[in-house]
Amino acid sequence: MDCDVIVIGAGVVGAALAYGLARKGRSVVVLDGADRDLRAARANFGLIWVQGKGSDAPAYSALTRQSSDLWPGFLNELSNISTSRVDYARPGGLVYCLSEMEYANRHAVNERTHNQGAQADTEMVSRVQLERMLPAVTLGPDVVGASYCRLDGHVNPLQLLAALHRAIAALGGKILFRNPIDRIMPVSGGFRVSVSDGTLQAPRVVVAAGLATPGLTEPLGLAMPLKSERGQILVTERVAPILPFPASGLRQSADGTVMIGATNEKIADTAVTAASATKLAQRATRIIPALGSARLVRQWAGLRVLPLDKTPIYAESSDHPGLFAVACHSGVTLAAAHTDVIAPAIANGRLPDDLAPFSNGRFNVQKCA
Amino acid sequence: MFKSVHDKPGKASDMTVFVNGAETAAWNGETVASVLLRAPGAERRSTVSGEPRLPYCQMGVCFECLVIVDGVASTQGCLVPVAPGMRIESQHGPREISK
Repeated sequence: MDCDVIVIGAGVVGAALAYGLARKGRSVVVLDGADRDLRAARANFGLIWVQGKGSDAPAYSALTRQSSDLWPGFLNELSNISTSRVDYARPGGLVYCLSEMEYANRHAVNERTHNQGAQADTEMVSRVQLERMLPAVTLGPDVVGASYCRLDGHVNPLQLLAALHRAIAALGGKILFRNPIDRIMPVSGGFRVSVSDGTLQAPRVVVAAGLATPGLTEPLGLAMPLKSERGQILVTERVAPILPFPASGLRQSADGTVMIGATNEKIADTAVTAASATKLAQRATRIIPALGSARLVRQWAGLRVLPLDKTPIYAESSDHPGLFAVACHSGVTLAAAHTDVIAPAIANGRLPDDLAPFSNGRFNVQKCA
Repeated sequence: MFKSVHDKPGKASDMTVFVNGAETAAWNGETVASVLLRAPGAERRSTVSGEPRLPYCQMGVCFECLVIVDGVASTQGCLVPVAPGMRIESQHGPREISK
């Protein structure tokens, strides 16, 4: 055997797991994909988001809260180990409401989440309250109010990914870049994969390859039902600080750029469209008209990795003990939980019973019935 | 500092522009960025690292030549031709968005 664990996927999910495994003293080798792979970790918006998350899935809601609370400690240690700067803030987050109906719908989502037993940490704020929270801007006439959750925050997702990669190396792990694989071969006592200069064997394999995950796990009988959804994002030039709170679809980075997102499209390529740029810019300027004077410098698209019910999947194979797979939409929000909770469980060899709501077995209706 | 190829003894410049208030010779067809390369003390400070910067790529990509041109901040100097009497000012810090 060449190492304790092979992690397939060096995006933010695979890297957070590999970092967590390395922290537990396991020797890890991480295999990254090809340059032109989909790479959701390099396209995402950078929110660490609690409000509304898992509003119909209590376990997901609880895990999200737990991860959001773990984040400051997780980042502190990650910054020290990787000796990297990662811009992060947790001032709470907003969802702007541009009509009475949006306000009522948002209120209903919060009530539903709280009725599940979640702590009441999200509140509706009126336009007048919002104006006090955002003294540097004039709100557009359509803004009725917002929903505010004090647990929400944001991070520079590219700095996060780079820091995870550095921390893995600092803890003795290895990342093989541009090393896509097409299959995992079970062998006596573990698994074998092909790498550029030969093969690699380990008793455990974790597949965290985003939308490429099912193609690697399903030949071994481990179902990972995923769908994709395209999101397009705009980013402006750097401007003086105007937005002290990140919002769903509108946040100002520590460097001053304003990110405007994101679309939800049932399209499986990463092209960008003028129609979406228009739609995103229109909504942003309905919230803050002065944004109309900021120059856009880039537009890009990524594909969200969505389990069919949008709740993360933490799966282990019963046919092939030692084979794990992880897929989720919220790789940034859940990074702290992946490092501090999921990775230690994988290091111990099995996922604990309290993660059962996240197993892939939930999709098998006949088996459940 | 750089010197314009048009700058020859006994030959007048095409126009005068103002770089941080200082009268500066300029020639038809050149860009604001090219003027910045030969104007003393015309660097800006990176809003990220705080380090001094001068125009680099000259083709609209690197954003190192951001400058205030006739009052408009965050203008890419390499994309703007000079004009007689133009006021070019170094920009320190990010652009302010009006309230």
